Amino acid sequence: MNTTRAAWLFVTPALIILGLFFLLPVVAALFLSVTDYDLYALADIRNLRFVALQNYWSLLQRPLFWSALGHTVYFVVVGVPLSLIASLGAAMLLNSPLARFKPFFRTALFAPVVTTVVAVAVIWRYLFNTKYGLINYVLDSIGMPTVDWLGDPHWAMPTIILFAVWKNFGYNMIIFMAGLQAIPGDLYEAARIDGASAIAQFRHITLPMLKPTMVMVSILTVSGYFQLFAEPYVMTEGGPLQSTTSVLYLMYEEGFKWWNLGSASAVAFILFVIMFAVTAAMLRLSKRGEAA
Amino acid sequence: MSPRMAKALINGLLIGGAAIAIAPLLYMVSVSFMPQGQASSLPPPVLPTHATLDNYRQLFLNAGMGRYLFNSLLISTAITVISLAFNLMAGYAFAKLEFKGRQRLFQVLLGALVIPAQVAMLPLFLLLKYMGLVNTYGAVIVPALATIFGIFLVRQYASGIPDDLMEAARIDGAGEFRIFATIVMPLLKPIMVTLAIFTFLAAWNDFMWPLIALTGQEHYTLPIALASLSREHVQDSELMMAGSVVTILPVLVLFLALQRYYLEGLLLGSVKG
Repeated sequence: MNTTRAAWLFVTPALIILGLFFLLPVVAALFLSVTDYDLYALADIRNLRFVALQNYWSLLQRPLFWSALGHTVYFVVVGVPLSLIASLGAAMLLNSPLARFKPFFRTALFAPVVTTVVAVAVIWRYLFNTKYGLINYVLDSIGMPTVDWLGDPHWAMPTIILFAVWKNFGYNMIIFMAGLQAIPGDLYEAARIDGASAIAQFRHITLPMLKPTMVMVSILTVSGYFQLFAEPYVMTEGGPLQSTTSVLYLMYEEGFKWWNLGSASAVAFILFVIMFAVTAAMLRLSKRGEAA
Repeated sequence: MSPRMAKALINGLLIGGAAIAIAPLLYMVSVSFMPQGQASSLPPPVLPTHATLDNYRQLFLNAGMGRYLFNSLLISTAITVISLAFNLMAGYAFAKLEFKGRQRLFQVLLGALVIPAQVAMLPLFLLLKYMGLVNTYGAVIVPALATIFGIFLVRQYASGIPDDLMEAARIDGAGEFRIFATIVMPLLKPIMVTLAIFTFLAAWNDFMWPLIALTGQEHYTLPIALASLSREHVQDSELMMAGSVVTILPVLVLFLALQRYYLEGLLLGSVKG
């Protein structure tokens, strides 16, 4: 009995915080998304009206919403595989018995992960500067055409993807390293005796053995990449020509620039539903693969 | 491929990768010491012609950087200390103390992990506004005082503590709080360090929520201040790089000092279920 009371005292502070400042707002967001909460309602709550699915309906008819969704999907579809390839590549290099100074390389490769997005975005914005940036200077001096990285609507999102991969790949690298270390060495030993090439070993041992790790890492990375916001906020302000406006950027502008909190909540919910559907589908696909 | 060539290739690739990861950070430090205007000259300079502290001086004397640094330190420290206490207590209770509905409650929390934080942000802003907390330190600190991830991490770790230890103390008549403070806490020390640096780094680097909740400059944290400065001073690359150094350096040093704990936590946290 005494233990039970103590247990409740132990969990209560955390539950109050999570309940009041996370779960309650999530439920409230659902209600907010079916109202016309705007600047007038902010001034006087009596101006609030119930509008049913009006916010969702008008969003689906707005070209800007679809383009923001398109840009976000582009970022996920191109960014996640690139990021995973970089992570796995780096993890395999670090895991090789031939690699030297492993702790140093691991720390160096991981360092971008702990840096502040805004601060490193500021650095990369300078590196990608069309006129004074080091990257265009190097391209020019080896005879390649220079690119208006952040100023050209076709290049801005690929540039942000490059930046995001640089910033994030170290995180999954650590997880992949743990996954690789868990693969029994005698599997490779046997394959070598059978004369399997390095590529065959990778395809038939490394990849299948790494599958559970791969599934988990892909799902976490996909949901992380759907939440693109700080990079375009700092590097491009959503431009040029709104080519880097992501769904969350749209939510931010809609909610905290134009104070259409009802409509912004609808944006947030649509993003949530899409993320949930995509990650659930990924989980399902990976399970089906196991059964076959 | 001969083993020798393989070795050269692997180490060469590692050197290349490490250079790509680190070079932008080193370049940032170099540009931050350049005299104003040097970064906007051709060819792009790699090292300052004569190193100067002018940019740092300007940041701290004219741009209020000292204030932002103080804000960041205050907010991140408060979040780390208090949330550590709350998460430790809750995680331990979920792992080791019997109470009705424990399993179900924990399932609900785990389920809530799939909800992105941004869904809560709009109503949270309104809630804090009605509470009079918008544009105070509290607006950033209070919602971060407990995390599902933290509770989960502590619960995982605390499950390994043998029940006999607590049972023996109970038979000796020790109260639950004393057991927690004198027996459990010392055993949780490694996970405390891990969770503390995780929380501190996350709080320090957080961007979207402080951007929304802190509307006035006097409460800006470093990332928000830097984002706002970088919109005003698009051309002042040297000044911006100095600002980036001030923002990144504390967390980078912290990470380097406690790397082992951080990487362990990363692995623990990613093994779900």
